[in-house]
Amino acid sequence: MMKFERYEWIAIAIMISLFIFVGFIQGWSVSLVILNMCIISAIMTMGVNISWGYAGVINFGVMGFLAMGGLAAVIVSYPPIREAWQVGGTGLGISLILLAMLVFAVMYINKVVTKKSSKYWINSIIIILGIIIIRHFYLNATANIEDVNPALAGFLGGLGLPIIFSWFVGGLFAAGVAFVIGKVALGLRSDYLAIVTLGISEIVVSVLKHEEWLSRGVKNVIGLKRPVPYEIDLQNADWFINLVTYLNSSKLNNVIDINDRQQLLNNLIIDGSGIFVKLSYAILFLIVMLIIFYFANKAQLSPWGRMMRAIRDNETAANAMGKDVVKQHLIIFVIGAAIVGVAGAMLVTLDGLFTPSGYRPLRFTFIIWIMVIVGGSGNNLGAIFGGFVIWFAWIEAAPLTTFIINQLTLGLEPTNALKVHLLDSVPYFRYLFMGLILLLILRYRPKGIIPERVRHS
Amino acid sequence: MIDFLNSLVVLLNFIIIPGLSYGSQLALGALGVTFVYAILRFANFAHGEIMSFGAMITILFTWFFQSQNIGLGIFPTALLALPIGIIATIILCIISDKFVFQYYRHQKSVPVVLAMVSIGVMFVVNAIIRIIIGTETIKFSDGQKFIMKAKQFKLMTGLNEGLALKSSQVITIFLTIILLSFTFWFLQKTKTGKSMRAFSDNEDLALLSGINPDRVVFITWMIVGVLACVAGTLYGLDKSYKPIIYLNLVLPVFASAIVGGIGNPFGAVVGGYVIAFSEIMITYAYKKFFVYILPGPLEPSGLVQLLSTDYKFAVSFTILVIVLLIRPSGIFKGRVL
Repeated sequence: MMKFERYEWIAIAIMISLFIFVGFIQGWSVSLVILNMCIISAIMTMGVNISWGYAGVINFGVMGFLAMGGLAAVIVSYPPIREAWQVGGTGLGISLILLAMLVFAVMYINKVVTKKSSKYWINSIIIILGIIIIRHFYLNATANIEDVNPALAGFLGGLGLPIIFSWFVGGLFAAGVAFVIGKVALGLRSDYLAIVTLGISEIVVSVLKHEEWLSRGVKNVIGLKRPVPYEIDLQNADWFINLVTYLNSSKLNNVIDINDRQQLLNNLIIDGSGIFVKLSYAILFLIVMLIIFYFANKAQLSPWGRMMRAIRDNETAANAMGKDVVKQHLIIFVIGAAIVGVAGAMLVTLDGLFTPSGYRPLRFTFIIWIMVIVGGSGNNLGAIFGGFVIWFAWIEAAPLTTFIINQLTLGLEPTNALKVHLLDSVPYFRYLFMGLILLLILRYRPKGIIPERVRHS
Repeated sequence: MIDFLNSLVVLLNFIIIPGLSYGSQLALGALGVTFVYAILRFANFAHGEIMSFGAMITILFTWFFQSQNIGLGIFPTALLALPIGIIATIILCIISDKFVFQYYRHQKSVPVVLAMVSIGVMFVVNAIIRIIIGTETIKFSDGQKFIMKAKQFKLMTGLNEGLALKSSQVITIFLTIILLSFTFWFLQKTKTGKSMRAFSDNEDLALLSGINPDRVVFITWMIVGVLACVAGTLYGLDKSYKPIIYLNLVLPVFASAIVGGIGNPFGAVVGGYVIAFSEIMITYAYKKFFVYILPGPLEPSGLVQLLSTDYKFAVSFTILVIVLLIRPSGIFKGRVL
């Protein structure tokens, strides 16, 4: 097991005390909501950190992999819509088979035809012809599916399994997409790769947004089943009422009047059920985070991790030592994306709904990168720390800004135009904070708050 | 014959004119990205926000002029405010260079770090824009909106199809021609332009022959400021100004620069038009066109649309990926200014 340095213990203590602080100031419910998102952010950050920090492979497609994870949550947990399968299943199946045939045909041509110019011509002709044929089946099938009860369904639905399986499946989905992207783009220089992955993640999201038969598109999927109990069930469960009574027995005993006591107990149960649900989420997420953290560290310390560092620090030398750089880049890109996909599925699980139009690069790609840079690339604890601190700052920026603006404009009338305008634009100050944090860290602590440890082994 | 003319008008109205104006906006943006890439050697993610900033300043002064009843008659007032916007954008570029980029340039940081830094700048500028002007959609074009309306054209020519020509489109194309010819003249003929090309081609050799790097960088940011502000304002004038749009615009702009061959100004311009036309041509429904041009029995029943318009943005990235796979240096060989 790894040992932490002293400053790393300080970082852990800071993270824990932040939540205790918020718990006392703004209430435990708020604190737990932030904590849950912090854990998910930390997992995303670890995913990016594995490809960027270990091997120097840039991944700006975070948003796309998160969306794939979200899609997995829908496909795994939503009950299947049989009618839609009946009207469109065959058509979709045929187009899928045709698509596979097309891919194999292109691969075959690439192998057989050696002359470069004629290869491109034959390929493009076959692809265009194939697309025309596939479209015929595909459009019919999707139109039929989308006509099935469009107000409530209009898509294929899912498998109806417990949503917790989707965390694994989300990783697989994201890994699959990452494999294709990696095959296509990993040979590029790092800044090209950044732009290409960013672009492809936009394509992934726009497909999810507009292919309604698959993901319901902009109509969103709501009401996904939770892996934890519902508040209303808890409030009627005997064991939960007993638990709350037991935990608050001293408080309850102080109240003499029986009606008041019942009233207090009811309030406590309602508050308690909300906290219990969030706490269960937090425990589930924490388990996943710790598992990933454990294996990420193991991998980093293993010979494989050493090889990755060698590739990152000097690609040519690693190549000369007989390491297959291209293959290892692909592997680490896929692993990183898979972890991001897991986080994506968890995010949808927490929200209970899937909104493809909510995936925006600013929020889901660039913020994650700020977390990686601020936390310290190449250090998993740093990644977790970055995820926690930046998400915390992102949420708490608004109250803080309101406070600062009120202090600065104390002398002004409440109706003063400047003051009103500033208070109206409080939500936008968080972007300012994020940008400033990133710039300051890159300037004065370019290796991050918890930098990668230098290993001499 | 009439049918043929009608079909031509359809193409002109729905593909060629919108493509030319959108392509011009992309070309100007891509030219700015390419300049930064060629001289300062990094991918500037903040470029979209710089464009947005220029457009915002222009809008603020347009409002000011409108409130003072100063206008240009049939031309939009924004043209009057544009020079002020350009100056403000140049100042923004210079400030961001002095306080942010310069340090990393002197440190000789790798391009990826500079790209990260530009993301920080992007966040800051983005926040400033939202704090000042909010996130609402703003329409600020005034003056005469159409040079020719569809109805007018129909009356004039007796054709079935109308041809609408917005003044913003004409202004876009006109301004683009002026700016592009000026930029290329500057690069080819003036001493400063030549020194910039030398600097881009081989930095060490350029320094050795006595070219002042600070001056080159300063001039570069000035050109980038002009191009970005004009591109941003024209885009806002043509569609409408919305701060969030410019973040999405940065990807087609990058795509244009890379498709044309990044670092190559001529390529950036061509790339802009390639991206714009392919976005429009692939998502346009050709039914009307074929109805005119084909004889009756062959008329198509469907929309004859390759991809639905939802995928407009995806088209540019797909082209980007295809170009990078087949010809990584772009259509014209990149990396020379």
